[in-house]
Amino acid sequence: MAQALQPVAEDATEHCARGPLRMTEAALRILLIDQNATRASILEEGLREAGYLNVTVVRDMTNLLRRIVDEDPEVIFIDLENPNRDVLEQMFQVSRCVRRPIAMFVDRSDTSSIRQAVEAGVSAYIVDGLRKERVKAILDMAVSRFNAFSQLYEELERARQELEERKLIERAKGILMKERGLTEEAAYGLLRKAAMNENRRVAEVAQSLVTAARLLK
Amino acid sequence: MNIILGFIPLLDSASLVVAVERGFAAQEGIELTLVRETSWANIRDRLIIGHFDAAHLLGPMAVASTLGIGHVRVPLIAPFALGRGGNAITASLRLWEQMERAGAVPGGHPRLQGAALERVVAARNSAHLEPLTFGMVYPFSCHNYELRYWLAASGIDPNRDVRLVVIPPPFLVDALRAGQIDGFCVGEPWNSVAVNAGAGVIVTATTAIWPMSPEKVLGCRPEWAQRHPMQLASLLRALYRASQWCEQAENHADLAQLLAQPRYVGAPAELLRRGLENALVLRHGSPAAAIPDFYVPVARAATFPWVSHALWFYSQMVRWRQIEFTAEYVAAARATYRPDLYRAALGSVIADIPVADVQADRFFDGALFDAGDLTAP
Repeated sequence: MAQALQPVAEDATEHCARGPLRMTEAALRILLIDQNATRASILEEGLREAGYLNVTVVRDMTNLLRRIVDEDPEVIFIDLENPNRDVLEQMFQVSRCVRRPIAMFVDRSDTSSIRQAVEAGVSAYIVDGLRKERVKAILDMAVSRFNAFSQLYEELERARQELEERKLIERAKGILMKERGLTEEAAYGLLRKAAMNENRRVAEVAQSLVTAARLLK
Repeated sequence: MNIILGFIPLLDSASLVVAVERGFAAQEGIELTLVRETSWANIRDRLIIGHFDAAHLLGPMAVASTLGIGHVRVPLIAPFALGRGGNAITASLRLWEQMERAGAVPGGHPRLQGAALERVVAARNSAHLEPLTFGMVYPFSCHNYELRYWLAASGIDPNRDVRLVVIPPPFLVDALRAGQIDGFCVGEPWNSVAVNAGAGVIVTATTAIWPMSPEKVLGCRPEWAQRHPMQLASLLRALYRASQWCEQAENHADLAQLLAQPRYVGAPAELLRRGLENALVLRHGSPAAAIPDFYVPVARAATFPWVSHALWFYSQMVRWRQIEFTAEYVAAARATYRPDLYRAALGSVIADIPVADVQADRFFDGALFDAGDLTAP
């Protein structure tokens, strides 16, 4: 479960320190809030490769306001699974210290890139005054890296599931070989035939067999 | 047509769940897909970009989006209210002990509880202790405004004497137990969850502060409503019938089981039932106390989107300096709530549908909010 942010008081005016706005891309201050370490590092890497060198990743949600004030980011990314998004919005709403970043709906004419971001599972807050083209480039990067992560995650899930299924089938074959005195090949043939007859997957039939065997034990 | 609805796991998402699970949507010839969300910001964004056709929404959030506070200005409308009440204010055990010593009693009138809290706060101020911290769920929420209203009416300045912070509901109980906050204002089942965990005591239901106080609405974009008037009307009728079902006592056990499922609210059915039956356990181990009208899904025009509610939210936004007072904003706030769409859908279903768009509301301190009399503070 995600961790709660440290509460932020309405009068959080201390630690106000603001550097001059640096204009080169390399110096653009980007803060990335993501409790998923893998995903955060995928995006961080992407941003660095694209020449953004001033990227800070925050995974620990305590003292977030302090971190934001210290880093004084021009762009903040937060993953959409994070319930602390509401906390972040209050921070921007009430804090007189944090330069008010505004949500990524900077320009409503560009709703497609916003839609892509939400679909990818990321949300961005950007300080006022940043040029639209600069924002778009970073947002596109975040979207592509979040999507890359989802793809990676799905592939891993698929591989894990395949492994699980293979194990199940092995166990089901073992049961048939033992109980019915079949060869391995015949046991698999029987599973496959049952699957075809019942219009199910071999792994599903194997699962029922393993469950049934456990019940009858 | 499939209508996609976002919701946050709370007791007052009940009529959305029931519309799907007990066939009221199907009766209207519509198919609803419910999508559970983790933050109000996500609900708003996905509503705005069209991922959701409509959503379980904080009433003040619809107004804030329409006025463009805290976000870019995107008009949203509220053609239906998802019942009334359902919120309470809970104190940590430590704070409750101090309040009891200062005169609070279990289930006491909010005036009595407020006076006790004021004494605790004054004592802390004169001892130069850190101010008390209260949690709520979003800057533009009924919880924020109800809590502020009660504090201010009790002589406590919500900006100076205490700290108000946003904490997502699932983290509130832990924050209370850890001493990060001293109390909170939130919708059910989260007050009952805190009581049941032995972490807090319910100080007052917010319906004691403001009887029949508004809460969530069904929110959508005006463009969606315009493009799909028939679907919207079907949706409102399905939700109205679901709300009627939710209010019937014989359905409460079933409804609590339904909401308890992890894909919906995911809290113990026994705790959800307390809110549904208007009988809250105020303190762990105590018998349930009857709280009349704690949560009202449908009776007394509970689903009617009173324009006066939108105007009260706007008045509180002005009061707490979230936005300035202008006639243009009054008009925009007013246009957020859409009784015309409600009447178009339900005029033939509800015999005593309200003919006025505004009504006067009276608060626990005797104050009257008259929406017809909205002028600069």
